[in-house]
Amino acid sequence: MKNQIQLVLKENIRDVEGEKIRQEAANFLQIDTGIVKTGKIFNVMYDLSEKEIELFANLGLKDEIIHDVFINSFYQNSKFKTFILIARLPGVTDDEGVSAQKTLIDILDLDLDVNTQHIYTDDIYLFEKDLTDSQLKELAEKMLGNKLIQHFEFGKFTGRIDYIPEVKITSDEQVKIIDLNITDDELMRLSKDMLLSLNLEEMQAIQAHFADEKVKKYRSEKGLSLDPTDCELEVLAQTWSEHCKHKEFSATIKYTNKETGEEKTIDSLFKTYIRKSTEIIRERLEKAGNNWLLKIFTDNAGVVKINDESVFVWKVETHNSPSAIDPYGGAITGILGNNRDPLGTGIGGGKLLFNTNVLCFGPPNYDKELLPGQLHPRRIMEGVRHGIEDGGNKSGIPTVNGSIIFDDRYSGKPLVYCGTGGVMPYTLNGMNSWLKPIAAGDLIIMAGGRVGKDGIHGATFSSAEIDEHSPQSAVQIGSPITQKLLGDFMQEAVKIGLIKCSTDNGAGGLSSSIGELATISGGAIVNLEKVPLKYANLKPWEIYISESQERMTFVVTNDKKDELYNLAKEREVELSDIGIFTDNGFIDVRFDEQSVAFLDMEFLHEGVPKKFMEAVWEKPKLTEPQIPSNLDYNETLEKLMGSLNICSRENVIRQYDHEVKGKTTIKSLMGPDGKAPQDAAVMRLNFDSFAGIAVSNGIIPRYSDIDAYEMSAGAFDEAIRQIIAVGGKLPDPEDKSNRFWTVNDNFCVPDSLYDPKTNPDGKLKLAKLVQMNEALFDMSTFYNIPMTSGKDSMKNDFKAGKIKISVPPTILYSMVAKVDDVRRNVTSDFKASGDLIYQIGQTYNELGASEFYRLFDELGANVPKVRKADSKRIYEKVIKANDQNLIESNHDISDGGLAVTLTESAFGGGFGAEIYLDKLSDLDLKAILFAESHSRFVCSIKPENKTEFEKLFGKDAMLLGEVINEHRLKVKFQNSDVINIEMNKLRTAWEKGLL
Amino acid sequence: MKKVKALIITGFGINCEEEMAAAYRLAGAEAEIYHLNDIFNGIVSIHDFDVLNFPGGFAFGDDLGSGKVLSNKMKFKKMNDGCLFMDEIRKFLADGKFILGVCNGFQFLVKMGLLPDVAGNWQQEVTLTRNNSAKFEDRWVYCKVNPKSNTPFLKGIYVLPVPVRHGEGKLIIKDEEIKKGIVEKDLNCLSYCDADGNITDKYPLNPNGAELNCAGLINSTGQVFGLMPHPEAFLSLYNHPNWGQMKRRNPNISEDGDGLKVFKNIVESLTSP
Repeated sequence: MKNQIQLVLKENIRDVEGEKIRQEAANFLQIDTGIVKTGKIFNVMYDLSEKEIELFANLGLKDEIIHDVFINSFYQNSKFKTFILIARLPGVTDDEGVSAQKTLIDILDLDLDVNTQHIYTDDIYLFEKDLTDSQLKELAEKMLGNKLIQHFEFGKFTGRIDYIPEVKITSDEQVKIIDLNITDDELMRLSKDMLLSLNLEEMQAIQAHFADEKVKKYRSEKGLSLDPTDCELEVLAQTWSEHCKHKEFSATIKYTNKETGEEKTIDSLFKTYIRKSTEIIRERLEKAGNNWLLKIFTDNAGVVKINDESVFVWKVETHNSPSAIDPYGGAITGILGNNRDPLGTGIGGGKLLFNTNVLCFGPPNYDKELLPGQLHPRRIMEGVRHGIEDGGNKSGIPTVNGSIIFDDRYSGKPLVYCGTGGVMPYTLNGMNSWLKPIAAGDLIIMAGGRVGKDGIHGATFSSAEIDEHSPQSAVQIGSPITQKLLGDFMQEAVKIGLIKCSTDNGAGGLSSSIGELATISGGAIVNLEKVPLKYANLKPWEIYISESQERMTFVVTNDKKDELYNLAKEREVELSDIGIFTDNGFIDVRFDEQSVAFLDMEFLHEGVPKKFMEAVWEKPKLTEPQIPSNLDYNETLEKLMGSLNICSRENVIRQYDHEVKGKTTIKSLMGPDGKAPQDAAVMRLNFDSFAGIAVSNGIIPRYSDIDAYEMSAGAFDEAIRQIIAVGGKLPDPEDKSNRFWTVNDNFCVPDSLYDPKTNPDGKLKLAKLVQMNEALFDMSTFYNIPMTSGKDSMKNDFKAGKIKISVPPTILYSMVAKVDDVRRNVTSDFKASGDLIYQIGQTYNELGASEFYRLFDELGANVPKVRKADSKRIYEKVIKANDQNLIESNHDISDGGLAVTLTESAFGGGFGAEIYLDKLSDLDLKAILFAESHSRFVCSIKPENKTEFEKLFGKDAMLLGEVINEHRLKVKFQNSDVINIEMNKLRTAWEKGLL
Repeated sequence: MKKVKALIITGFGINCEEEMAAAYRLAGAEAEIYHLNDIFNGIVSIHDFDVLNFPGGFAFGDDLGSGKVLSNKMKFKKMNDGCLFMDEIRKFLADGKFILGVCNGFQFLVKMGLLPDVAGNWQQEVTLTRNNSAKFEDRWVYCKVNPKSNTPFLKGIYVLPVPVRHGEGKLIIKDEEIKKGIVEKDLNCLSYCDADGNITDKYPLNPNGAELNCAGLINSTGQVFGLMPHPEAFLSLYNHPNWGQMKRRNPNISEDGDGLKVFKNIVESLTSP
């Protein structure tokens, strides 16, 4: 029997949600809704008495100060003419329903099942205006909900709601045998029909494996089918997916550089550049006896040593494809999934210290017609932002820094980079915390959320282009509360030695987590009937590869099982004992003792054919544009301050909790009014010392239109200089204090596999990827700054019919460096009037791909180049100056160049600035003001430190002028005022750019 | 001398327990963090402590309204020994001990009826709900201490700079009678104000649109104190967004944050006879 309870706000209570909807409908959809009244409906499927329902509604759900409650009737008022109901589709996460279930049993003292869904919640919106069905549909689909995960009803409200999203699946055969004695065409059709995303070579490798006499022999001995089961194909497809196996980063690449005539064959980009650079650095560290690199590339996240008591573990990943089709769900599962990486590294259970995120979107004012399946960039931005907000805030992890980049080419597929850092004790119960020992006989225990159809084919989906038929099951909504309970529980269990080690269930689900862990012991037996389900009748293969979120896999010895289960019960975390590790070399998956998959681990992990790809570099023919000579610099700077890639992110930043845990000392916005943007975030590691870490990110995708090598090198430099700006120090293999640096590299590129028809410029795209890797290697080994983990996302194209929107080749370097004493850090805002302002570093004639050129819709040719030796000398001088307390403020020069940086430091501190540029160089004024040459800073010093400062820097710093109390920016060049503008005007333009 | 003992509750999505414990330790007290279920299961008793603390967080993800599900649990769920948690609290307060709730913790206290409790019957009299901005916001505000509010937590503090980090911090009072009671008894101990201490309803100085511009409440004995802003997030000068300029202006500035005073106050009042 169904009971329905509705909550609405009392008439005298302001409906702020309704007001927001009314305003957004008017702003973005030009629909006048009139007054909007919101309400919440609880569909209760438990069998409860009238009295029980009444108690539950009034005590459990209603806030008596603000709510009216309706039981088995609904609020109706002739003032409201139309309505929209948003319910969930079957199987979509409904946390609020689950929380209602939990409070129901607390209040009524009932013993009911709360692990599966029995209360379904809906949102209802009543509108004053008599809106047409097409207006209501537009509101529902474009603003209030997403038809991929939600059910809509709209029109005139009749006072009845019948829809209940119960999951009903009829079961048919459990395990299907797939005939592989088929032609190549049929193999490809099979790959497509089963959504395996495997190419012909890979399908043929599987075909050959099952035709192998040895394989046939052991399969028939075991009484298994000679042809593979559906589950076996699914497991192979998941394990061999680009997402999990990084086939393109492992491929053999023939590279031709037509600019230099160089030709070479690269045996795996990953091995040649990424892993190699870190190995070289590790050798240098080991040689000097100071190796702080504890774990690289082999676990869910890299691990470095902080000191003898603790280690730092962190990972940055992307969640692009899911965010394109359901921005909120994609981003929240992205950030929560990323949290599980440090949580599931080594023994696991690390304390998560911070989140970071970098987002690339189409412009919010995008006005081209939307393609089928494409969401508007504004919608994607708001959904992703909200997902990151909930993922971080509700988990109690501060989102300490980030970046947002706009470019038309991200309007098909956005890029959503999420990062999480954490701290583990150096040893746990006598063992090094980052190790992952597993022996035959250890138990496989799954913990956390239950398994449903969610995210089936997520791993293969993210390796494919998006089109209008993308599967709905790829969409998932994260549940931060489930994961918070699981994470807290893990910390406790690990501390008292109940968990031997752990890993997370992310892409590929159990198949991936158990598949990877089993390589350590040498095999595993899994009993799928023991996996707790959200609803009945999932097929075995679905259970095995489902990506239902908020799950970890624990390795547990038999003697600890009871104690672990007891603790789990007290902490309200569900555990299930689903199998055992073995050492016979096979993954053996069963359901009720029936074999579901029996795969040779060597074939599973090593059998994927190596890819061969071709890369050809041809330098684009580019020229510098003619910019009008009568430029109004006041106006230009104002425009630049308000431009999308420069303007304030305050509205976004303030919706993230960036200081929970009480350790953030440099936040994204600082200064007297909280308006001064900072270069890197800094956090203390604990409350007993002032040691900390600085977190930065370097990303400049637009430079790749001119030169992908310089784009990658520049992004690396940007991330370093942000840390130098706040007072960090470069690494030194000889240094004894464990001053670690650790980088996550994240490549997001368009499809780079050449195809004459579908991807004619594939070779050029791949050449850019090669160059990005070359730069990574050069920068990393030059500075001794190692990659410790990373990710690649290779198919960032959005396709609809014949139209394809491809992202520009993009790399994000996320860096963390140890900071000796956070009290000695430096912020970007000017500190006092009368202080002298300097530019540190040299400006060149490098306006190519600058934000300045973008104002004129020009690209140019002279992209900023990294001059490593100069940069290093400059950084070392900044470090020395900080050691001597010479610098009062420091801000790195990047997007928009010197003029923008000066402006930010000035209004950030509540001051103005008076600047004389003549001494700076003989460059054109436009380049002086707006070029984005690397390795530069705007700093300010006390006048009494002038001599010492200039002696230290020599030609590497140039006096620009001084900080003034008058709130104006005044710039003189060759005796004339080129800029003379009120600070307020610039600040206002900057603040309003994204509103 | 016996140290003051602070109990800090965690679990179910509470997430500020560590900085709360650090606050008490820095203030000279002993602090222990326990899961709420450890109290319900009888593993630990609140009566072994002097101050009971409900930190901030997102208990049950703020589902059904912030603090609602956890306050229901504390109000209605029977503990293992068959007693109600609220009866334990009654005894705890009768013993002259203190309760602090911050942010989500304040929301529990309000929904449990412990604050402001004008009528003295532990019925819910106010609520904390959606900010007028309809957004979660993390920003620093100033709070003016009501000099007539009788609570040791705020002794000697005039204006407290402190961060708010919430989406549901707007205080709504049930009716005029309760409002009158709050004002007459000076239970509105903290009000949003400008840098000079002038109470204001101007956004974003008042970040949520709270009635009476109220940021915090006490009960009539001053033993129970709840507030939306986070004093435990300002234990160190370096938590403040403007520490750079503050230090430049005053090189000898204390490295303690102003939020620490709240904890030093309560520890001191429990230490001195």
